[in-house]
Amino acid sequence: MSRKLSLGAGLALGLAAISTPALAAGPIEAGTMQATNWTAIVIFGAFVLLTLAITAWAAGRTKTTKDFYAAGGGVGGFQNGLAIAGDYMSAASFLGISALVYTGGYYGLIYSIGFLVGWPIIMFLMAEPLRNLGRFTFADVASYRLAATPIRAMAATGTLVTVAFYLIAQMVGAGQLIQLLFGLPYLYAVIVVGVLMVIYVTFGGMIATTWVQVIKACLLLGGSTLISLLVLAQFGFDFNALIAKAVEVHSKHDAILLPGPAVANPINAFSLGMALMFGTAGLPHILMRFFTVSDAKEARKSVFWATTFIGYFYILTFIIGFGAIVLVLPNGVYHEAGDVAKGLLGGGNMPAIHLAHAVGGDLMKGFIAAVAFATILAVVSGLTLSGASAVSHDLYASLLRRGKVDEGSEVMVSRITTVVLGVVAIYLGIQFEKINVAFMVGLAFAVAASANFPVLFLSMLWKGLTTRGAVIGGFVGLISALGLTILSPGIWEAVLGNPKGSAWFPYVSPALFTMPLSFFCCWVFSITDTSARAVRERADYEAQYVRSQTGIGIDGAAAH
Amino acid sequence: MEEGMLGRVKADPNYQSLVKERSAFGWTLAILMLVMYYGYIAIVAFDPSLIGQKVSGTLTIGIFMGAGLIALSVVLTGIYVLRANTRYDTLTRAIVAKATGSAK
Repeated sequence: MSRKLSLGAGLALGLAAISTPALAAGPIEAGTMQATNWTAIVIFGAFVLLTLAITAWAAGRTKTTKDFYAAGGGVGGFQNGLAIAGDYMSAASFLGISALVYTGGYYGLIYSIGFLVGWPIIMFLMAEPLRNLGRFTFADVASYRLAATPIRAMAATGTLVTVAFYLIAQMVGAGQLIQLLFGLPYLYAVIVVGVLMVIYVTFGGMIATTWVQVIKACLLLGGSTLISLLVLAQFGFDFNALIAKAVEVHSKHDAILLPGPAVANPINAFSLGMALMFGTAGLPHILMRFFTVSDAKEARKSVFWATTFIGYFYILTFIIGFGAIVLVLPNGVYHEAGDVAKGLLGGGNMPAIHLAHAVGGDLMKGFIAAVAFATILAVVSGLTLSGASAVSHDLYASLLRRGKVDEGSEVMVSRITTVVLGVVAIYLGIQFEKINVAFMVGLAFAVAASANFPVLFLSMLWKGLTTRGAVIGGFVGLISALGLTILSPGIWEAVLGNPKGSAWFPYVSPALFTMPLSFFCCWVFSITDTSARAVRERADYEAQYVRSQTGIGIDGAAAH
Repeated sequence: MEEGMLGRVKADPNYQSLVKERSAFGWTLAILMLVMYYGYIAIVAFDPSLIGQKVSGTLTIGIFMGAGLIALSVVLTGIYVLRANTRYDTLTRAIVAKATGSAK
């Protein structure tokens, strides 16, 4: 395990991947390199030049904290929806889910659906209050009526842990992918990603990050649409014929239309479903996007467009996965040593890339490879900005300086943090080159669902939540999610090398247990809290609720 | 928010209808979504063979369910936006105008 990276299943999902059949099918030999792909390099170079130009333009407009963290609060709903979709559709989703469909058939669709269904819940219960209460980070919302110091410390910890795991996964994934797609050494690839993301975020803040996301989302949606159309064209645009051919070609035949063994255990199926659904509502870089729009109405529009694009995108990955079964699986050209019985060239993560070649030749393959790289770059930028804001806004400005800080120095701290995060990300990317990225993404979703989400949700919607309840509930969720993940087979056996079957916690995701535990602790330590502070916090809920419903007071809060 | 304005907003019948209607509608849609999704997960977990049952050519119940859930997510968020843009925004504007107008 330590020698191989299972990128396919790993990047995509994280959660169940370790024990899934897809994983076994998708190891990438570290060190495998392909010939330098000039089409990909030219297209990617154009993307970098364009985004750097945007960054230079954005730098001139980034003066206040509001510009830096929230793009001045002036992003439109449609544009922000695209940016959210950009944040969410990582290369992991694109390559990983199509790879899961390629190996596991229907199994991949279960993941896609899990990743999507969190969005309606965010829309119905959270989007508008989030916008009406928050300024730059979700800690702003959680600490609106609760004690700022402990709540921000908790929220910043949750943010940094989530961001760190997600970031490592993306960096390692980026290094591996670029090595495979462009023929660049791993080390260079990681450094290129780290340096570019630091430039975008440091100089251009949220304005540049938003535009990078928007461009990348358009490229990814366009590229996926094109491949899907080219695939369907080969079957006279008859989806039925495509599936029929896939069933005929695949060695598992009809079984690829079944959920598969990984979710055969109901606890696994539900736990995974919960982590995917509610983890989305606790990802700090996603939550941060709600503060870039002017009001609740634009926040709503953002979620609608994001849901539409993400849903459309997941349908495409399903078509791409089945297309790859038909056009890549039986074609020796795409396999090691030209033998269809052997693994895919470049590893299990590559079906979408090979499919691009199968339907559109070298040019299409270069384009899709460049899009995949751009995708990773955009996602790490969003993550880094979110981590930097937790440090500069929550820890430095609010905790350390008690809000007595001028905007210039807060932005400066954020920029310095970005550079530090960039260096740390490059370092970790190199250190973790051999690690399985699956559990990193898994941890990120599990922590987001078990620590960030319960505290945020209850702080907005439950009058009774007190500081004591939120802090204990949040930390219990965080620690239990981390602990159970380490004790699960994915780490206990696969990473730490303990014998098979010895994992203390036998399930793929802890969320089914840790999320309710966190809610329970929030509840129990709130209702038993009789301090004067708790009484005041409950009384303050009404004013918070009125603002969360109407947005009254939001303008006053937007400027210092 | 100062006490006087808080009291005025809370006493505003528009505010009371907004809160009541929106929270009822939001929770109804959320629960519908949860039931549909976990219902689907329950089928995946307890009756996986149903997922593979063919209904039209090689298209299975599972494919229709999956596409249906994706479509449902988009349609429900769309319905929420339509209702919010018309009914809730009108109410909110009236509430804000009344609260801030009389305060100044």
